[in-house]
Order: sequence, then structure tokens, then C-alpha cells
Amino acid sequence: MSILVNKDSRIVVQGFTGREGSFHATHMIEYGTNIVAGVTPGKGGLKHLERPVFNTVEEAVKNEGADVSVVFVPAPFAADAVLEAATAGVKVIVCITEGIPTLDMVKVKHYLKTTDSRMIGPNCPGVITPGESKVGIMPGKIHKKGHVGVISRSGTLTYEAVYQISNLGLGQSTAVGIGGDPIIGSNFIDILKLFARDDETQAVVMIGEIGGTAEEDAARYIKENFDKPVVSFISGQTAPPGRRMGHAGAIISGGKGTASEKIKVLKDNGIHVADTPADIGITVKRIIES
Amino acid sequence: MKVHEYQAKQVFKNYNIPIPEGAVTENIDEVTKIVELVGFPCVIKAQVYAGGRGKAGGVKIAKNLKEAKSAAKEIIGMKLISKQTGPEGRRVRKVLVEQGVEIKKELYLAIIVDREKEMPVIIASPEGGMEIEEVAAKNPELIYKVHIHPVIGFSGFHFRKLVFQLGLNKGQQKNFARLLKNLFKLFLEMDASLVEINPLIITGNDEVIALDGKIDFDNNALFRHSNIADMRDIYEEDPLEVEASKYDLNYIKLDGTIGCMVNGAGLAMATMDIIKYYGGEPANFLDVGGGTSEDRVKEAFKILLSDSKVKTVFVNIFGGIVRTDLVARGIVNALKGSNTKIPIIIRLVGTNEEAGRKIIRDSGVNFIVENNLPDAAKKAVELSRGT
Repeated sequence: MSILVNKDSRIVVQGFTGREGSFHATHMIEYGTNIVAGVTPGKGGLKHLERPVFNTVEEAVKNEGADVSVVFVPAPFAADAVLEAATAGVKVIVCITEGIPTLDMVKVKHYLKTTDSRMIGPNCPGVITPGESKVGIMPGKIHKKGHVGVISRSGTLTYEAVYQISNLGLGQSTAVGIGGDPIIGSNFIDILKLFARDDETQAVVMIGEIGGTAEEDAARYIKENFDKPVVSFISGQTAPPGRRMGHAGAIISGGKGTASEKIKVLKDNGIHVADTPADIGITVKRIIES
Repeated sequence: MKVHEYQAKQVFKNYNIPIPEGAVTENIDEVTKIVELVGFPCVIKAQVYAGGRGKAGGVKIAKNLKEAKSAAKEIIGMKLISKQTGPEGRRVRKVLVEQGVEIKKELYLAIIVDREKEMPVIIASPEGGMEIEEVAAKNPELIYKVHIHPVIGFSGFHFRKLVFQLGLNKGQQKNFARLLKNLFKLFLEMDASLVEINPLIITGNDEVIALDGKIDFDNNALFRHSNIADMRDIYEEDPLEVEASKYDLNYIKLDGTIGCMVNGAGLAMATMDIIKYYGGEPANFLDVGGGTSEDRVKEAFKILLSDSKVKTVFVNIFGGIVRTDLVARGIVNALKGSNTKIPIIIRLVGTNEEAGRKIIRDSGVNFIVENNLPDAAKKAVELSRGT
């Protein structure tokens, strides 16, 4: 088992024929991801990367049974693309696009609550179940099938953690990049709930960063409801307050959301916190083996 | 994106939110013209992005022309140092000259997006004119919040709740309601991430006026508001940060000695953290981004090396989308022709790492290649001390 995506997932790529969409769809196909269709409005009826192209997500669902979508549509149109996928009944919508306006996400988030769709991202590397399905832009090669679930707000820092875990002979059940924006489709707790039910997952690595209180909320949830061991790392311990560190999410204000506050709450709730980003893998290994 | 108080107030005016009469100028002689229009007493306010201007001497009241001119003379060109500017302060280039307004009551009013509830929230307090963080810490019961669900938008009960909590009388209620409705409209239509009025004042005639104004706009939404991007004042930003933004590089200058170049915001912050963990100080945050091109890497490097405090550079690249060989070529090209003596530690991992490392090895430049993260960080710290 795994969460969110597996070898049977039927993936539709939104923004399929664009530069980003084509590039990453090619890599996903090489990895073995089951891409069944693409959507680019106005290009319906064409074939691209040997897959059918449709004008709408609805057609891709009807004709090819797509149940997972990955969105590469540019930021001004990305919220619309996610709403389209949700309306078409796609179960898992992975939005890679960076730079979606916050108020667009407010609308998307509240609409999604009225549907059965689950959104991952935006502004994230995507979701990968190693050896089965890569739905996103992460380098497939560094991943390895295994029993560590990974949830992260960051992109490249996730790769760093995955790389360490793989090099130590452990692997990942599923790695989920939830994205660094202020409003995201799924938060740590949403994904922890999925890992809790997944027999393949023995331990979870949770990578957070400064800003917001998602890590603190997750820490309290873990203490009350989550039985598997969790290892965490919070980036941004040295970030000066009030400055935006790339991610819209990585901003500290009003004394809330600092790394030290997060680390304290995580530790108080029984979560193992790695001292440096280089210690994430080894901390997981130690905990799994003990 | 931040804007000046006078720009925020111009936006308020467009949305029929009452503001004091006034105008902005860089020129002391023009102050005479402006005070003719606004009368006395008037207020001269420094226009810089930082808060805490009053305590820093950037806001002065004048009762006559002589006082107004001398206040403007003092403020224009001053180095304003407040809690928010840091010790280096900010040079004041413009002043806002405004009519003095009779104040009966000072309120606080703001709108932001609440990340936890994932919707806009209106925040109001009867304790205006003070630092709101202090009010929130000492008297949290005096901070009133109303969340606005995107499905219903701004509705009558929202403002009723606030006006009764704020204890406003009939006349004040009417004016407050109109202002709040317009402010919320502004917030949505202009894609603000923060609007704040502190203080929002009530006059003897029950008028409600925005005595101060702050707006932050959502950078992600600038594509649909060309008029907002025009308000950007690059004089308020660090010159190196302005240069970086031209190349879409995410750069923030800090005070340390180790220049960092990393791809991805999370890894960039984590790299700063590990430097600090081993006792060093990062000179900057620099995220070269995901789809990094050779040119951008080259520019990034130039910016790093132009910071005179930098004693050593630490390049930490985890190639996912970005190919490490492209980064390597960018670095080598950036250093061609430069005779920098600054030691450069490079860690290249991920996509095409072998090709990338080969380019570095064959470059003839004396790079220090270290692919183990803690060892690379330790090395950078050691070299930054010049030992």
C-alpha cells in the first residue's frame, strides 16, 4: 500500500502541451507513471507524448478514467484549472504551479470542502510513491521503495531528506510535498491521517519551516492520535523576523511561527527533531531500529 | 509588496475611505504651497516603509508656516532609525504634509488572510494608536475579530458585531460601516495581503477618518494589477535585492560573512541553519529557484561577490529540476575574468551530478568540492574565519 497515488492511478496532466507540462510529463512517463491523458484547451483531439489530449478535464475523466490530475497551468489560470478538475470529479489534484494569488486559494479551498477531491499544493514538488507513480517534478532516481512516509512544506529540502533516507538503506512509502504557500490544499494533519491508515508506513518524516502554526497543530494531533514515530526538521531557525524567505509561507510575524517555538512544541509532544538538515535520515534510522 | 503611507491613502481615497487633506513632496519649498491648502495645525510625516516613525522623530506637528518648514527641513534627508529599520536606519526622501485632525477617539482596524481559518479576517480594537502587538499581548479581550467566509462575503451582521463591541454611537456606526465596507472591497479587489489603519480616528462630528494607512499587496497577484507594480519604490529596498529581483532571484541580505547560493527556499533556509549550527553567520538568503538558467546563476554569483562582507561562498545545489551541470557551468562562467580571492565551497548533488562535478574540476578555478553537507558547512565556517 501507499497513499494518494500508486501504480493503478490514472493521471491526467493539465497544461500538458506547454513547456513545463511536456518536460515533466516526459520524466513522469520515463519513471513509469501511468499518464492516461492530457488537457490543453483548444488542442483537444491531438496526441502528445503518445497520449490523447482533451479540451476539458471532464472529457479526460469520461474517456480515459482519469482519477488523479497534476496541474502545470500558469499561475493566473491555475485556480481555475484546480476548480475544473474538482468539478470533473478527479479524486487527487496535485498542483505544482507556483505563484497563485492567496485570495484565489481562499475560494478554491472552500469550494473543495464541498467536493470529494483532495488537493495537494500548490507550489510543491508533488507526490511520489517510489517504484509506482511519480506525480510531480521531483528527481525520481533519489527515491527508493520503503516504509518511511515523508510530508514536507519545502521542495529541495524534501529531496535532501529523501536522499539521506535512501542512502541509509531505508526507503519511502510515499513522499508528499504539501507546498509552502499560506493556504494549501492539504496540511500536515490531512496527510498524517492517510499515513496512519497505511500499513506500509512505519515512520513519518515531517519537514516544516517558519511561518504559520501548521507544525504546532500537527504536533498536538500526533500526540493525541498518531501511533507511528515522527521525525521532524524545521528550516528557518536563522531567518530574520518579518522577512519573506522565498516561500510566501516562510514569513514570521508577531512572534508566532518562529522555528524555536515550533521545535519546542514538537519536542513537547514527543516528536524527534533533527538538529541539522543533515541529521534527518540518521534520526529516522535510529528510531526505526530502536 | 509594500507601499508608502501616502500611496496607501491614495488607494483609500479611490475607495471613498476618508483621509485627511494633504500631499506628498520631496521639496521643502513646496511645503508652503501644501500648507496653504491644508491649513494649521498640520502634520509632517516621513515616508519610509518602516513603522515606528513617530518615536524616531519622523512625525512632527506644526502650528504655523515657520514650524512646518523647519519640520520638513529636519525630516527630509534624515536617517530614520526605528525598531523596524534596524541600526542602519532609512534615509527619508519624501514627507506627507497633512491637515491636523481633531481626535475624539482612536481605533485600530485591519484586514488580513487568516491562514488557519483560510479566509479573510477583520481585526478591530478600541485601543488604536498603540502598537497592536502590545495590545494583543496585554489585553487580548480588546482585540475583536470577524472572519469573512468567501461564500457570503461581507454582510450586515459582521459590522454590527464590531460596532457594538467598539461601543460606537449611531452616527459613528453609519460612517464606520461605510468605511469598513469600502475597505473590505479594496482588500478583495486589489488583492491585498494586509490593510491596516492605525489609528482610525473618530472626530467630534462623529466622522471616521484614516489617520494612517498601510497596505501590503500580494506579489502573486501583481499580474492583474499593473497600477500596483507602478507604486514600487526601489529606493526603499536594498540595492543588491533590487538587482537580484531583476533576474527573478530571491535574495535577502543579512549581516554575516558566508555567502550562500542554494536552490529552493526550504533548502536555502536549512543551509543557513546548518552554517549557524557550526558557528558561522550567513551573509544572505539566496534561492536561485527551480528552473535556474546559466545566466541567472551567473548573476546570482556576481551579487554574492559584490557584498564586501562576504569572506567565503557556500554553494549548495540539490538538482531536481535544475541540472547541476548547468549550475556548474554558470558558476565557472561567472568567475571567468574575475580575480576573486574568496574561497568557494561547492556541494552538487542530484540530476547530472557527475557532469557538474567534472565541469568544476576541469575549470581551473580553485573550488573546494565537498559533497557531504555537514563537512561542506564546517569547511565554509572555518574558511569564513580566515583560519
